This record gives sequence, C-alpha cells and structure tokens, in this order.
Amino acid sequence: MLQITSIEKGIVIDHIPAGFGIKLYYYLKLDKADYTVALIKNVYSERMGGKKDIIKINNEIDLDVNFLGLINPNITINIIENEKIAKKVKLKVPEKVVNVIQCKNPRCVTSVEGYADHVFHLVDPEKRSYRCEYCDDIVIPHTV
Amino acid sequence: MLIGKHLIDPSDFTREEFRELFDLAHQVVKNPEDFRKSCEGKILATLFYEPSTRTRFSFEAAMLRLGGSIIGFSEPNSSSVAKGESIADTIRTIECYADIAVMRHPKEGAPRVATQWLSAMPLINAGDGGHQHPTQTLTDILTVELLKGSVENRVYGFCGDLKFGRTVHSFIKFLSNYEGIKLVLISPEELRVPEYIREEVIKKNNISCIEADKMEPYMKEMDFLYMTRVQRERFFNEEDYIRLKDRFILDKEKMKYAGKETYILHPLPRVNEISIEVDQDPRAQYFQQAKNGMYVRMALILKLLGIY
Repeated sequence: MLQITSIEKGIVIDHIPAGFGIKLYYYLKLDKADYTVALIKNVYSERMGGKKDIIKINNEIDLDVNFLGLINPNITINIIENEKIAKKVKLKVPEKVVNVIQCKNPRCVTSVEGYADHVFHLVDPEKRSYRCEYCDDIVIPHTV
Repeated sequence: MLIGKHLIDPSDFTREEFRELFDLAHQVVKNPEDFRKSCEGKILATLFYEPSTRTRFSFEAAMLRLGGSIIGFSEPNSSSVAKGESIADTIRTIECYADIAVMRHPKEGAPRVATQWLSAMPLINAGDGGHQHPTQTLTDILTVELLKGSVENRVYGFCGDLKFGRTVHSFIKFLSNYEGIKLVLISPEELRVPEYIREEVIKKNNISCIEADKMEPYMKEMDFLYMTRVQRERFFNEEDYIRLKDRFILDKEKMKYAGKETYILHPLPRVNEISIEVDQDPRAQYFQQAKNGMYVRMALILKLLGIY
C-alpha cells in the first residue's frame, strides 16, 4: 500500500474533485516548489461518493481561496502545525473572480485587448455559473 | 443627472434617468432649432472600428445640429489602430482632444474596457459586436413613445437574428424595467436569444415571453414587430449564414396578419427581410425611426455634457 507520511507544518488541501488535483497543482505553481509536495490522485472518499484528490504541502504558502472556491466550495483546507490540524479554512463560491478564468467567447474583447483583466461575476451559486463582465457570456468554470 | 456618465449598456441608466432623457428628446423633436447653438465649442469624437451608416451619420448630424464639431475615424485603417494600438491607448489619447466620444467596435465589451481608462470624458457605445447597441434602443423607444405614447403594457415581437442582434438585446434589457411587457421572439432555433438574455433578463424579471418560429399567428396582438437582419459579419461559417438568411421575410401578404396599429420597426440596414412593397404601408415606421435616432442622440449628448 502507498504510504504518504504526515507533514509537520503546512497545508493539506482535501476533497478535491478527482482529476482537478493536477490543475490545482500547476495553478498553485507547485511544480516549481523546492519543498515537499504530494499530489495524491483517486483516493476513495465515502463523503464524495467516489474518488477524490489530495494535495499535501510541507510549507506555508498563500492560497488563492477564490480559485479553490471556484473549483469546488466543498474543498477542505487544513492548516497543519506540529503535525496537527491547527485551522480549517471554509471556502465560498466567490462573487467575483479576476484573472482566474478566461472568457471563451471568440467575439469577446478580452481575446484581443491585452490590457483588459478577465473579470467574471457569479450568476447562479448552485450551478456555479459566471458572467463575463464585458461580453456577458455565461460559463461554468468547474466544467471547463 | 446624467452629466459625465457613460452609456455602454441599458442598465447604466436608471428608469428615472431615461425618463429625463426622453423628456428632453421630445422637446428636441418639437423644436430642434432651439438647440442649434447648445454645443458650440464642444467636440465629439467618433471612433468607428466597424462600418456604420445611420449610427455614425446620426451622431455626427446630431452634434452638428447642436452647433458642435466632430473628429474621428470611420474605419480603423485610417488611424493608429492599424499599427496595433490598444483600445486603452487610443481612448486615453482621444480624451486629450474631445469632450465626448462614441465607439463602435466588432469585439463585445470593447467600450466597457475603454471606460476603465477614462477620467472624465463620457463614452457612448454605438454597438459592440453582437452584444449591445443602447443608442439604437433610445431610437426605438422614442419611436414607440411617439407612436403609442408609452412603453409599458404592450406586446413586442422581435423577428430574425436574435442571437447576434445587439439591437434586440439592448431593447429587451431596456423593456425589462417596465410593467406589462409581453415578448414574442421569432427566430430559427440557431438564432434564439443568448442565455444571458433569457436567464438574466427575461426569466429574472418574470417577463411574459413566447419563443416561436412563425410570425403570422402572433402578429395581430403585437403593438410592434421589430424585424432584424441576419448579419453575415457575425457568422464564422458562410454556409450557416446562407442557410438562415432568408428564413423570415415580411411582405405585403404577411402584413395582412398584422393589427391595424401593429407598427413595423427595423434598426436598418435591411437586406431582404422586409420587402420593399411594405415601405408604402403606413405601419412601416423604420425610416421615421432612423430620423428619431438623430433627435434622441442630440438629447443624449446634451445630457451627458450637462448642458440640459
């Protein structure tokens, strides 16, 4: 059986929908990390009714909670100190996201204007759908 | 007070602000001569990154009739845009020279981006891709008020390209502020209104709405039938355009289904979606509508510059 030991000080990102762990890994630039990081894929999870991914980071880093909430507000973030959970961070579906996702509408001004931020506003918290500030195109980021 | 505001989307103004604007527009219609020196010494910049006849000419005519002057370009190849200048840089430069600006752009949201770089100059969206065209809506609403007296409690039919038809999107968004609106949306399946209009505007505001693929059964109850052109320039695929372009043509025969006071509007240009024979029908109001566009743009310039 694969064994990944506990971390002394750092962050455990748990309950990541299976398959999104690798996206998160690159988004958080963990591929460039010089500290210990473990990406664990396809772990059985009763709570998630199937598989999940987990990331263990043996370091303190700034996490973009907006991006994590965008992927799935049920993701759990545990802050670890002395090998114990010192704090749990609760995620929310963000009302507004800036430069996290890009508009896919080829007619949108963001496809040509490099100065423009990619800004999206929450439309439906249940569907987790977002509207582009400029062209009004609606996207569901966690399905893209 | 509309002084210094931008008009990029119909939701930028409140219902009260629109009322203020239309009240002035009605004064302009009655006595345009009274305003002929109102904008002396003021400059309007027209930034047209996409071709236009009515919108550009009506803005230019509006400013000239107000006694102001005009600078600008009618196609991007005659400006630094052709050298690859960004919208951000162009608009900041224009603000150095003009008091107010109008922008048409093929990319959706381009005027909204431009406003992020402005400090004081009001900017007006004259059409951004297939997205919004709020001053066409001003034209349409002034025409509605001149013909029927009021906007609310009416049946509005929209026919043609409702997906890329920016005039339709702005018109429906505007109507969502009024009571008793009933919409009949007639289009091929592929050219139905975009999701954000259906979900965020029509459903959210509980607007009565029928989507159909024939106009005849609904024409009698309509107060207005707003015809639109299937726009070749919005299609990435020419085959789709050819397949869809002649789906709805309003001719003399179909006009028999319309009510005695069902007025026909069209933002123009038309290709063949309204037969030329319909032009003689007193219910065909699209050329008067184009004239009203100049009056309402005169009122808009006056309000945004804080002159009235």
